[in-house]
Amino acid sequence: MSTHHRCWVYGDDINTDVIFPGRYTYTLTAPEDIAAHALDDLDPAFAANVQAGDMIVAGRNWGCGSSREQGVTALKYAGVNVIIAASFSRIYFRNCVNQGVLPVVCPALREVVHTGDTITLDRAAGYIHAAGQTFEIAPLSPSVQDILDAGGLLPMLQRRFKGAISS
Amino acid sequence: MAGRTFAEKALARAAGVADARAGDILDVTPDVVFSHDNSAAICRIFEQTGTPHVRYPDRVVITLDHAVPAPTTRHAQNHAQIRAWVEQEGIAHFFDVGRGICHQVIGEEALVLPGETILGADSHSTHFGWLGAFGTGVGRTEMAALWATGELWVRVPEAMRITLTGTPRAGVTAKDISLRILGDLGADGGLYRSVEFTGETLGALSLDQRATIPNMMAEFGVKNAYLPPDQAVFDYLEPRRTRDYTPLYPDPDAHYAAVYDLDMSVLEPQIALPHAPDRVVPLSEAAGQPVQQAFLGTCTNGRLEDLRAAAEVVRGQTVRCRLIVIPASAQVYHAAVQEGIIADLLVAGATIGTPGCGPCMGNHMGIPAQDETTISSANRNFRGRMGTPDALVYLANPYVVAASAVCGQITDPREFLA
Repeated sequence: MSTHHRCWVYGDDINTDVIFPGRYTYTLTAPEDIAAHALDDLDPAFAANVQAGDMIVAGRNWGCGSSREQGVTALKYAGVNVIIAASFSRIYFRNCVNQGVLPVVCPALREVVHTGDTITLDRAAGYIHAAGQTFEIAPLSPSVQDILDAGGLLPMLQRRFKGAISS
Repeated sequence: MAGRTFAEKALARAAGVADARAGDILDVTPDVVFSHDNSAAICRIFEQTGTPHVRYPDRVVITLDHAVPAPTTRHAQNHAQIRAWVEQEGIAHFFDVGRGICHQVIGEEALVLPGETILGADSHSTHFGWLGAFGTGVGRTEMAALWATGELWVRVPEAMRITLTGTPRAGVTAKDISLRILGDLGADGGLYRSVEFTGETLGALSLDQRATIPNMMAEFGVKNAYLPPDQAVFDYLEPRRTRDYTPLYPDPDAHYAAVYDLDMSVLEPQIALPHAPDRVVPLSEAAGQPVQQAFLGTCTNGRLEDLRAAAEVVRGQTVRCRLIVIPASAQVYHAAVQEGIIADLLVAGATIGTPGCGPCMGNHMGIPAQDETTISSANRNFRGRMGTPDALVYLANPYVVAASAVCGQITDPREFLA
């Protein structure tokens, strides 16, 4: 099954301070409030205009810097469920998986798409179709895929501990 | 067959398996896990997991450091929730407001030891490489999982070897080593790797200096960074430790995916330009830039030797801009008082803050105004990092921060060093 996504395209080394500013890290807790500040210091147009199903397409080292998981939460609750980058910082990659947001490594995509373009993603078959070209997506490791299939790390833990205490 | 890197050995140990190679995926049980002001948020996730209690409360460390003392009621509520939860779960190692920054405090308390594995809900958890531990950062949900289960999956990283040779010149520090590596190889130059240091320079560096390097390697994208522990490390830990340990060293024939050599004897003080820690140039290229604020502190450069370096520069001088000094811990602060360093800084016009992270990530205690420029001893200068996207932040070593405060502009400190 393929899905269509409108793209927001960004560059290399985009850090978590501009994805979700540190000045809000201990005061904003509701996901909707966090989402309202997504990409505040990178692209002020993003939070006001992002739509459910939109996708981030970025260059190298997306999400470098702080470990703050709100860097993923902000985008997820803004409606982004797939992030494609030439490479990810390692904590950001893990935070994506744990939040149930699909991180896709595709070095060439940023070179051919522009903000506002629509691309087609076929997760099951492992392909992206964009700008008249097809890009193959490498499969994730089984341990990562298991977490994504569960919808994230918290749902996976909830399944594991189900029945451990009565609620 | 090639030998093993430090990361391969350390993660095999943490997973309880005989052997591991880069690329293996292991479930590890870390010796220590830690978090800070983010613990209340982790607690809210933990409570949704359905597990009744923390699996290993004796392995959990929580330090309040990111916004201390609480600047607002909301921050205070956050701290209060953490204290209540620590009490409820019987968390073994809790350090309240003012004790210091998590990375510094865990070292001072010898809560992690050579060869051990420590996972922190903080990107600078790479810090613990200074004592030969495997340290890396995780997200909040993963910390909740660690509290619940005591274990987490990790992929054994490929490794990179960095060899440091030569004796640093006066006014050149471990910060300059870190900045030069970032400048040469870029913010993703160590992406996902175990960066394992070696070379004759390491043994000559003080422990305060050594801690700066793996800490700052977080900006290099690394999974962990490692310095081989020597007698100086063992002597430091001996009166503090409460358990035995076995240091780990990479095999001479371990496989390194990349190698890099840096000759310290020719290195000058370095500086990172706004807004990226890998926009590094020799200090001379930024000299003369006016600054309105100088910040000395953080997990990267808030230790005793860093404060001593600043005092050496400002002694007998008066600062021409705001100089904010925040010791990395209460122990650092105490030692700096006893040594007269704090008096020297105060007389020169500095202001001293509560041990903790201070204004590093824009919470409080020295947020710049729009269009102001700060010279900082911190690790990050991303746009907006210190509170407003319209301020400029330069990163440099403590000597440079102090000399720039004295002159009100970015200044080579060597003219102040006899």
